[in-house]
Amino acid sequence: MKRKNRQIGDYFLISALILLLLGLCFGILAALTYLYPHFLKEQLGFVSLRPLHVSSVLFWIILAATGSVYHGLHQLTSENKNHRSSQAHWFLWVVAILGILYSYIVKDFGGKEYWEFNPVWALPIVFAWLLFLKNFITLSKTIVNWPVYIWMWLTGILFFLFTFSENYLWLFPYFREHFVNGMTIQWKVNGSLVGAWNQLIYGTAFFLMDRISNTTHTGRNKLAFFMFFLGLFNLMFNWGHHIYTLPTEKYIRHIGYVVSMTEWVFFIKIVYNWKKTINEIQKYQHYFSFHFLIAADVWVFINLIQALIMSIPAFNLYTHGTHVTVAHAMGTTIGINTMILFAACFEFLIPRREKGWQSNPILSISFWGLQICLFVFWLSLNIAGIQKGIWQMSNPQSSYSKMMDSLHPYFEWVLFSGFGLLLTLGTLSFTLLLNRKKAE
Amino acid sequence: MRQGVTYIFIFLSILFVVYSFSIYLKPLFDTDHPSINKEEAANGQLVWQKYNCQACHQLYGLGGFLGPDLTNVLSNPYKGEEYVRAFIQSGTKQMPVFTIPDQEMSALIAFLKSTDASGIADPRNFSTNHFGMIQENEKKK
Repeated sequence: MKRKNRQIGDYFLISALILLLLGLCFGILAALTYLYPHFLKEQLGFVSLRPLHVSSVLFWIILAATGSVYHGLHQLTSENKNHRSSQAHWFLWVVAILGILYSYIVKDFGGKEYWEFNPVWALPIVFAWLLFLKNFITLSKTIVNWPVYIWMWLTGILFFLFTFSENYLWLFPYFREHFVNGMTIQWKVNGSLVGAWNQLIYGTAFFLMDRISNTTHTGRNKLAFFMFFLGLFNLMFNWGHHIYTLPTEKYIRHIGYVVSMTEWVFFIKIVYNWKKTINEIQKYQHYFSFHFLIAADVWVFINLIQALIMSIPAFNLYTHGTHVTVAHAMGTTIGINTMILFAACFEFLIPRREKGWQSNPILSISFWGLQICLFVFWLSLNIAGIQKGIWQMSNPQSSYSKMMDSLHPYFEWVLFSGFGLLLTLGTLSFTLLLNRKKAE
Repeated sequence: MRQGVTYIFIFLSILFVVYSFSIYLKPLFDTDHPSINKEEAANGQLVWQKYNCQACHQLYGLGGFLGPDLTNVLSNPYKGEEYVRAFIQSGTKQMPVFTIPDQEMSALIAFLKSTDASGIADPRNFSTNHFGMIQENEKKK
C-alpha cells in the first residue's frame, strides 16, 4: 500500500517527463515555422504549435512540481490515505491534458494567452486542483511545526486555485466589455500563476536541500521564512511589471515596479549557506540532484540580473514585446524550474542509484551540454530581442517583416541550440525513465 | 514562530484579495468611450480568442512576436479597417487564410476599435523620468 501510495508521485513525474519531451518537439517545430513559413502552415501552423509547445512545457512544470510535493509529503509522513483520491487527481490531469492537446490540434481555441484551449478543459484542472488541496490537507495535518517548504506548497496550491479561477473572469461580459481592465486581470493572472507554481518548485528545492544535507535547518531558519514571504509578496503584487505600457491605473505600475525590485535576492544567500554544509560524501550520494540544484543557483543569478533590469520601466520600454522577454521566460522555466525539477526527479525516481554516476560520460555530457545549449539559446533570444527593441524605438522605422527577416541568423541559433536542448533533456529523461524500472 | 507565520500569511492574503477586488470593480467608475459598441467589442474579443490571433500578434506588446502589434492598427494612416480585412481573407507568407463569417469579422473590427480607442501602444510614445518610471507623452482623443 505504501509503495502504491508513493507511486502516485511517480505517475506525476513520469507524465511530466513525457510532456517535457513532447513540449520540446513542439518547440522545435514552432521554431522551424519561424524560419520556414510554409512548414506545416496548412496542417498545424504556428497558431497551433505555439500553444502546443507552451502548454506541454507548462504541464511538465506543474505535474513535476505536483509529483515532487506528493513524494515530499509521503516521505515526511507515514500516511497511507488518499490513494484513490490522489489517483483521481492524476486521472483528471490526464483527461485535461489530452483534451487540451486535442483542442489545439483541431484548432478549437477560445481561451486567453497561455491558456488558449477551449475553456471547457479548465474544469478538470479545477477539480484536479481541489483534490490536490484536499490530499495536501489530509497528509500535512500530521506534520507539526511546519518547515518553510510545507508553507510554500500550501501557498502554491491555494494561489494557483484562486488565480486559475480568476483567469476565467472574462467569461462574464462585465469583464470582457472593458478591454484595459480585462488585460490588467489577464496579466495579473499570468504573473501570479507563475508565482504560485514557483512556490511549489522552490518549496521542493528547500525540501531537497534538507534531504541531501540530512539536516532540517535549511527549511526552518528565519532567512528561509523571510524568503518565503518575499516570494509570496511578489506573487501577489509584482505582476504590474508586465503591463507598464498598458493605460491602466498608475498605482498598479508603481506597485509592480517597487515590489519587483525586492525579488530573488535572498535565495542565492540561502543556497550558498546550504552548499557550505554539504560534505563530499553527500555530494557523491546525490550527485546529479546536487549538481542540478547548483545549476539552478547559477541560473537564478543570471535571471536575477535580467529580471531586475527588465523591471525598470525605462529599460522595459526596450525589452517589452521583444524576444528578451522570451529569453527571460526560457531562462527561468528551463534554467531554474527545470533544473530544480530534474534534481527532484533524480532524487525521487531513482533514489540511492546515483553512486558512481558521476563517471557516466553520457550523463555528464548531457548535463554540461544542457547548460551550454541553454546559454546559447538564451543569448540568441536576447540578441534578437535587443535588436527588435532598438527597431521599435527607432524613427523612422523599417517594415515589421523586414525587421523580422534581419533576425533570422539569431533564430537559426535558437533552432540549433533548441535541438541541443531536446537531445540533452531527452537523454536525461530517458535515463530516468529506464533506470526507474530497474530500481523497482 | 508558527503563529507569527500564520498571521503574516493571513494579513498578506487579505491585502491581496482587497487589491484584486479594487481591480475587478474599477470599470464601475470608468466613463465609457462614446464611439465604442461595448457589447460588439466584447464579442469581438471572443473572435480574437477563437482564432487564437494572440499566438502571433500583440496588444500593448503582449502576445506572440511573429506578427506586428495590432493595438492601433485601425488608426494607422497606412493600414486601417480594409487593410485588416484584406490580410485576414488573403493571408501572407506566414499568416494562413482565415475564413471568418461577416458577423465575426464585424465583431473583430469592433474589438480592434476598442483597443485603438484605449490608448497608444507604440513605445516611442512614452518618456522616462528620473526614477526610471515611464509616462505617456500624449493622450489619445
